[in-house]
Amino acid sequence: MLGLIIARLKTTIPSILGVIIVTFLLTRVLPGDTAAYFAGPAATPQAIAEIRGKLGLDQPLPVQFVSYVSALVKGDLGQSLTTGQPVTADLAQRLPASAELTLFGLLISMAIALPLGVLAAVRQGSWIDHLCRIVATAGVSLPVFFTGLLLVYVFYFILGWAPAPLGRLDVFFSEPPRVTGFLLVDSVIARDPETFRAALSQILLPALTLAIFSLAPITRMTRASMLAVLGADFVRTARASGLSSRTVIGTYAFRNAMLPVVTTLGMVFSFLLGANVLVEKVFAWPGVGSYAVEALIASDYAPIQGFVLTMAILYVALNLAIDILYGVIDPRVRLEG
Amino acid sequence: MAITRRAAIAGGLAAPFVMRQGASAQAPSRSETLLLVQEYGPNSLDMQGIGSSQPVNGVALNCYDRLLRFKPVPIPGGGGHQVAMGELEGELAESWQLASDGMSCTFKLRDAKFHSGRPVTAKDVKWSLDRACTIGGFATTQMNAGSLEKPEQFVVVDDKTFRVDFVRKDKMTLPNLAVTIPFVFDSELAIQNSGGDPHAKEYLKNNIAGSGAYKVESWKPGVETIYARNDAWACGKLPQLRRIIARDIASPATRRALMERGDADVSYGLPPKDFKDLLDAGKVNVVGVPIPNGVWGCYLNTQVGPFKDVRLRQAVAWVMPYEKILQASLFGRGVDMSGGTTPKVAWPQPFPYKTDVAKAKALVDAAGGPFTTTLYFDAGNATVAEPMAVLIKESLAAIGITVEINKVPGANFRTEIAKKTNPMVLNRFAGWLDYPDYYLFWTMHGNNSIFNIAAYQNPALDKLVDAARFASDKAAYDANVVDFIKLVNAEVPMVPINQPTHDVALQKSIGGYQFQPCREPDFRYLTKV
Repeated sequence: MLGLIIARLKTTIPSILGVIIVTFLLTRVLPGDTAAYFAGPAATPQAIAEIRGKLGLDQPLPVQFVSYVSALVKGDLGQSLTTGQPVTADLAQRLPASAELTLFGLLISMAIALPLGVLAAVRQGSWIDHLCRIVATAGVSLPVFFTGLLLVYVFYFILGWAPAPLGRLDVFFSEPPRVTGFLLVDSVIARDPETFRAALSQILLPALTLAIFSLAPITRMTRASMLAVLGADFVRTARASGLSSRTVIGTYAFRNAMLPVVTTLGMVFSFLLGANVLVEKVFAWPGVGSYAVEALIASDYAPIQGFVLTMAILYVALNLAIDILYGVIDPRVRLEG
Repeated sequence: MAITRRAAIAGGLAAPFVMRQGASAQAPSRSETLLLVQEYGPNSLDMQGIGSSQPVNGVALNCYDRLLRFKPVPIPGGGGHQVAMGELEGELAESWQLASDGMSCTFKLRDAKFHSGRPVTAKDVKWSLDRACTIGGFATTQMNAGSLEKPEQFVVVDDKTFRVDFVRKDKMTLPNLAVTIPFVFDSELAIQNSGGDPHAKEYLKNNIAGSGAYKVESWKPGVETIYARNDAWACGKLPQLRRIIARDIASPATRRALMERGDADVSYGLPPKDFKDLLDAGKVNVVGVPIPNGVWGCYLNTQVGPFKDVRLRQAVAWVMPYEKILQASLFGRGVDMSGGTTPKVAWPQPFPYKTDVAKAKALVDAAGGPFTTTLYFDAGNATVAEPMAVLIKESLAAIGITVEINKVPGANFRTEIAKKTNPMVLNRFAGWLDYPDYYLFWTMHGNNSIFNIAAYQNPALDKLVDAARFASDKAAYDANVVDFIKLVNAEVPMVPINQPTHDVALQKSIGGYQFQPCREPDFRYLTKV
């Protein structure tokens, strides 16, 4: 197992290097002048030049790259100009917020999508299959900011059931002592039920928004792979042996259908983590997506590079985790590894 | 008892509801706290520092004191107070006296204390003003705008007496001491923590070292800033609000919902349509102040491209759909800039043009007929500028000018206007110091600052603007202003479209709104019932 992990990690080194070079070059190639933007209103050309010098942007590209990489080796991702803080500190602050939201949304999504997909496959052509199709189509065709605003409008504005969309916690709560950065987990560790409830009520709507969006790929993938498995020989054999339909579907078919579903889950997770910018904007969620987009608008290089790099590393880690999970689900994969 | 899997899960799920012993949260009450929702918050706590964003002005305003401040005067339509340029009152200064030759001003300091408990001395004032003049970037530019140019001008007379020597007589020197740049730091605290940097940039970026009415209790960039009242504030009436929470809520729709539901107390920076709707619905108060010295204008390049021809610039001024733009892009939240009669000593003021297609068409025909050009604007202003651009395109089509619209992303906009080659640019500029000559100095003077987007060069105008800027008596000043207004009326390097209002939505329970030229909320005057 350890050998497998090391071998896998080795193969990722070139892609990480590639990501470093490409993001560095891309941010430099993008139009826009960071120095002019940050010189602020009424800046003189001298002031802009001064800032350019301060940021090291007047150096030739190779020199900039060397100083970037040497800082990177020391774990320094540079300074964000939009927040004025080191990028590492910003990401450490914001990544848990995004991860918590995405994971929670994915859990909700799985809780709905997996049973729905399985049922749709088992009762192919029935009303539940049609429901599955409608849910999936609707979920994927509604843009997330629309679903988000709609949920805010209905549950907060009209009904008043949801709390004000003010971010991770209501303003009159203070964050629990930081352990994992996940407020739901940290408040449990701190045994603070009120904060837990406050955090839960804040995360519910944005997580639901993400869940609605991610329902489609998970449901469809579950249904398709269940259908394939249900038609396989071993299921027929199991049925012929007189096993109950519950055992056949739950134990034999579902486990075998999980492989493609887990792959999809991994893809959906990493996609959502970076792409839930709009949800973050609507719910004032202090996550990495909106952070990166704001930096992009301001031509603020360091946060963009830091974001892309972090995402690349997360993606690698996630793929590794999924590979390991394959082995748990299907021993044949483990043997091949 | 054996720990089964089921028991462990049940225990885990129940854990959050098991009350922690003796640590019940002491939440501060909502009535002493103000919740402000804004699009984005400060990126630094030091407004003098390079690259500070617009909301940092609010930090400077509320957490630091200046020698002088603008005196509040009632907003004519009601709803609170604004400022009048010439009227100042002491903030850190107890009194001030202009020298008989008019070439220096002596300030007597109050017995004020920094948040650290140390008394404010003239030495701190000098350190801070020296810093603003030498740190570079925007702070230095702004100081220079009021003829505050070098450290030698700032003199410590004794602990409680401070003198500013003038390099020239400039009516903007004293008002410029009241803007959000020349505020006073606790110089000892700053130097102690500077790590050798004479400007203590890194420390002051992340820490407040001031004497102002509020302290920063917590600052999470991009998330929220929490201010707590400084109960020992000596430079004015103690503010009523003990605590201010400023949350960054990027989505304007969310901010509006928060206001309408009554969960947020104050919101800045909504789109004009939302302000109009809120005003019409009547559930919350909307206070609008026409931005002093601010105007949306269409800059026409006078050096390259078709608008070198003054007739075409006038044609654009004649065909501009002023009224339609005011309604469709600002939803009435502004003042029309068309149909002026006699030039006044004021800025902005309506130019003598109004929508008259026949006149415009005749001018275009005389100048050689139809052509195609491009109109640029900053995508960051798209909410207002996009409908404006579309309406302009539609109107210009009627006189044979085909307009392509180019929406430039924020980071590129500065680069784009610095080129000074764009034929038409929509932009809003507002100077902090409300003088006509100040506005023209930035936007039409031969010094060719970045905001002279039309690249207008006219020695006659420069002469009038410079003369007005340093005019010693009012009659000469007024004559110069009227003359340069007449000149730009005819030359139109920029077609003024409208003067937008600066709107703020406040719950009915919030009083004491104070507009400041920096356009950031001033918590010191706000009240809540």
